[in-house]
Amino acid sequence: MAVSDQLAALNRCPVHFTKKLSGPVYAAGIEVLQLNVGKRCNLFCRHCHVEAGDKRKEIMSAETLDMCLEVIRANDNISVIDITGGAPEMNPGVKEFIEKATKLGTRLIVRSNLAILAEQEYSEFIDIYAQNKVEIVASLPDCDENRANRQRGKGFFAKFIQAAKILNEKGYAKEKSDLVINLVHNPLGAYLPANQKSLEQNYKLILKNKYDIDFNSLFCINNMPVGRYLDFLLTSGNYDEYMYELLQAFNPTALENVMCRTMVSVAWNGRLFDCDFNQMLNMPVSSRYSDHISSFDMEKLSGRPIVLHNHCYGCTAGAGSSCQGALE
Amino acid sequence: MASNYYEPEDLADFSNITEYAQDQGAKFFDYYGVSTSAGRLSEREKTLIALTVAMTQNCPYCIDAYTNKCLSLGISEDEMMEAVHVGASIMAGITLVHSTQMRKIIRKKSM
Repeated sequence: MAVSDQLAALNRCPVHFTKKLSGPVYAAGIEVLQLNVGKRCNLFCRHCHVEAGDKRKEIMSAETLDMCLEVIRANDNISVIDITGGAPEMNPGVKEFIEKATKLGTRLIVRSNLAILAEQEYSEFIDIYAQNKVEIVASLPDCDENRANRQRGKGFFAKFIQAAKILNEKGYAKEKSDLVINLVHNPLGAYLPANQKSLEQNYKLILKNKYDIDFNSLFCINNMPVGRYLDFLLTSGNYDEYMYELLQAFNPTALENVMCRTMVSVAWNGRLFDCDFNQMLNMPVSSRYSDHISSFDMEKLSGRPIVLHNHCYGCTAGAGSSCQGALE
Repeated sequence: MASNYYEPEDLADFSNITEYAQDQGAKFFDYYGVSTSAGRLSEREKTLIALTVAMTQNCPYCIDAYTNKCLSLGISEDEMMEAVHVGASIMAGITLVHSTQMRKIIRKKSM
């Protein structure tokens, strides 16, 4: 979906997000550097805000990955590296990046769809992740095979289960192990997720009893009205009702803890954004505060104003939503 | 007057039923909150019960609210429909068991 069409749709929201606020929202330091290492993906999910797929050509270069490493090395207060995509494993430079980043001692998170780890070409990442103590965050919208596949594509669920079992065998989510795998739930349609704790209990029960799979925590994430999900909302006639639901559920407390306040998101081409959603809407950080990884300026970026639009209702609805799940 | 007796947006007015009777309304919401949140029964079980009652009582507001809550809780379409059948069969049973009164009268009055 063209960015201009997405912004036009977001402009239809009856109350602009900024009208809900008493003033601008400013960053409060930078603890997380999130890298979107490319839009290529083995899956073609119906809700994907990145609109990722196997035909996408946008991949972060080795040179840009090195620049990210330099920024992390030079800034001690960056305590988390958060790698996302697409499927990060499909970037040929990621393996080397993980090995170099581990040596810096920074906490390293990779958002993997797991299904890719069941493919022979990428199965080596299981050991790479385990050896480098990479924290894995993996999306599983539902514990039912048909329902999960409905969103993430035919064959996804079986591969996910296969990879999760191997990761458990390597020590992920096992008692006394420091290998962590967290799952992500996002709704399968035009509604908000229920209470995170309640859903986590249900996931733990089903995955353990039915598949003997363990995981650490479940994060609930609202679907953002961006990319393919926005397209779904518009074509299914759910857009106005969903935006109204987000607007009604606006929670000022959640605003205090949204991830953009302590994060900078680096796009495949090195440009800087407040979050992955702003990346997809082409709403970069103003050049006044440095807008490319090559000119990363910790001091300026740490207090920058966050670029806001009506998709931001997605992160402030109900219990709030971030890449780490509910905010309360 | 609205064009329909039931308007979808009126669901949002539920929280205002305290109007004109604050004390009773507040007590109702306390009771409503406690009885529909997880206790010995899980939130999922209680939500399916609520959906079933909504269906049997033909309440469009409750059907809207509790279908959406079921979806949010990850309750599958099959589970929801099974719950609806519980409600439907109990309602059928309630109708049929009342034929006892009818049959008793018939037996008494008939020659």
